[in-house]
Amino acid sequence: MAARAEERREPWRDPQARPYIRIEKVTKKFGEFVAVSDVSLSIYQGEIFCLLGGSGCGKTTLLRMLAGFETPTAGEIFIDGQDMSGVPPYKRPVNMMFQSYALFPHMTVEGNVAFGLKQDGLPKEEIAERVNAMLSLVKLEEFAKRKPHQLSGGQRQRVALARALVKRPKLLLLDEPLGALDKKLREHTQFELVNIQEKLGVTFVVVTHDQEEAMTLASRIGVMNKGRIVQVGTPHEIYEFPGTRFVSEFIGNVNMFEGQIVEDEPDHVTIASRELGSMIYVGHGVSTAPEATVWAAVRPEKIMITRERPDTALGVPSHIAEQAGEGLCNAARGVIKEIAYMGDLSVYIVELPTGKRIRITQPNTYRHAENPLTWDETVWVSWHESSAVVVTE
Amino acid sequence: MHPSYLPLGARMSARLERFFEMVSQMPPARWSMGVLRRLGFTGRTLVIAIPWIWLLLFFLIPFVIVLKISFADTRLGVPPYTSLLEVSENYVLLKANINNYLFIIKESLYFKAFLSSLKVASISTLLCLLIAYPMAYGIARASSNWRNTLLLLIILPFWTSFLVRVYAWIGLLRNNGLINNVLMGLGIIDEPIVMMQTNFAMYVGIVYSYLPFMILPLYSNLEKHDNTLLEAAVDLGATPFKAFLRITLPLSMPGVIAGSMLVFIPAVGEFVIPRLLGGQNSLMIGRVLWDEFFSNRNWPMASAVAISLLLLLVLPIVIFQRYQAKETAGVAHR
Repeated sequence: MAARAEERREPWRDPQARPYIRIEKVTKKFGEFVAVSDVSLSIYQGEIFCLLGGSGCGKTTLLRMLAGFETPTAGEIFIDGQDMSGVPPYKRPVNMMFQSYALFPHMTVEGNVAFGLKQDGLPKEEIAERVNAMLSLVKLEEFAKRKPHQLSGGQRQRVALARALVKRPKLLLLDEPLGALDKKLREHTQFELVNIQEKLGVTFVVVTHDQEEAMTLASRIGVMNKGRIVQVGTPHEIYEFPGTRFVSEFIGNVNMFEGQIVEDEPDHVTIASRELGSMIYVGHGVSTAPEATVWAAVRPEKIMITRERPDTALGVPSHIAEQAGEGLCNAARGVIKEIAYMGDLSVYIVELPTGKRIRITQPNTYRHAENPLTWDETVWVSWHESSAVVVTE
Repeated sequence: MHPSYLPLGARMSARLERFFEMVSQMPPARWSMGVLRRLGFTGRTLVIAIPWIWLLLFFLIPFVIVLKISFADTRLGVPPYTSLLEVSENYVLLKANINNYLFIIKESLYFKAFLSSLKVASISTLLCLLIAYPMAYGIARASSNWRNTLLLLIILPFWTSFLVRVYAWIGLLRNNGLINNVLMGLGIIDEPIVMMQTNFAMYVGIVYSYLPFMILPLYSNLEKHDNTLLEAAVDLGATPFKAFLRITLPLSMPGVIAGSMLVFIPAVGEFVIPRLLGGQNSLMIGRVLWDEFFSNRNWPMASAVAISLLLLLVLPIVIFQRYQAKETAGVAHR
């Protein structure tokens, strides 16, 4: 999905593009509690923008401010160039899909979907036509006369989606849209959501705490923590180039090696890491104070696990590698402590002499590996100079 | 521990237990238990049987007695009605006197009394609903600290006797009562407004007395409402008022029906309030019934009126039951 989104277009890279939603320095306080703190964001037409964060990070509050259910304590929200302050929810060009779906229990599926159109006072024939079209889009025609309590969770989710989309909003807000579905249905629905979004060209703003969901759906992700936006980027950027420790740990699994910066050049950084027991060479520059404590973040799937000492220099220039212990950067010897077979891949936990435990995943490419790695074996772990990312607190 | 160290009660109960165990082992007990079980009398059915027996003893049997009396004739003596069964040498004669019922149909007084009772009950129910709905809604929407206090205030009047509360209204409404005195003292009126012995006073009394019965079921319904439904409606373009009409109101119908039944049914048969606050000419079926029993000592007639009243009220009760069944079914599905 991410790849396709990239192929499409990236209006956020175009300085000329006019954002569809502009959130400017928005703060929301509930009494003393600051739910959203000084958030500025630009979201473009046709995007699926995911607000990702743990519970209580302010993502839902931000969404509710877009819908108009909460008013910002400070700052402004513009939708399609129009200032939204003082515009009540029922006058906004925005519809919302609620986490609980909030289907009207006393109305049929049809009645639920038609509700929004009836409020606009459209002629009966047009309402019927649009409701039918929408129900066929979400494949619920046969259930038109049912009441919500007669539907399954997935069907209810689709009714909620149809009800929100039937008014043809420019912007659809989705609050944990897949939260109540089981895993299998979730994956299926994720792709369905993206298909519908592409078909209708609606801008989606999705709130989720599930990083996998965000990765599959989003054109861009805004990671939130404690009311602030910590990082905004494509799923690829967020995963491969997390800016802070929080982001790298929140998205996926990661191994963190604490260390001090030894050498800080525009094209590389070397870090002395006591945790690794060696030098870490990272092939990109950072801008921090020298001798500052930083972390090298390495994803489990980017670490190689071998019996033999890695013979290549892992992309590290030889004059730097020679300074490191054993003549190698980004490598260490350890003992396999745990192996977990996950089907598509295996997870190895390797303990280094320093006591640091590293998580490594390897795809199970062959059904029967010859002489597979086993418990308590001494192995080398290593990674390429481009694999690690330097993050600060 | 030796049994004699145990306190007397424990020793007794231990002994009782052993005794019951012994009895239950004896063939007659085993047989009868087996028979009971085969007939479907398990522990559960016995528990369920208790309310049934209660209803049978204190509801159905009295009803049958009243029904029986309604078909009897009056006579002087104790009891003041004849027996339905006449036993002679060769036959048992069942004599049912339907004159009472015919009289109710023929004599327009009863019909008028029924009608005016229904009218008074309907208006009172409507007034209660109009007053109770905003109150219940307000309480349901209040913050949780306030909610209990407000509910307590609603229930508080029940702590004094019903009669005392009605008499208090007499003190407020009569010509030299509190309201008239205050109004005259302020110079707003020159002579007292006559409120006692009028329909106004009667409605005040009924609405005041039955208001909590309307508020409580409405509150318990409204309190369960999911606020996100209203948000969804507003999000879909409904103004808050329209959202109320389309979402809150229909969803609160079970509460409206329950409250209305709780007010309407007793209000139809209400006797005390019309008697104490209403005018001499306020014609209520409860009052007719009272007069038949105590003034005319015509028990069969009074019973016939009571039975007719019951039949009249069966219809709304059935509607109520059906609505309740529907609501519980809906909740179970949700």
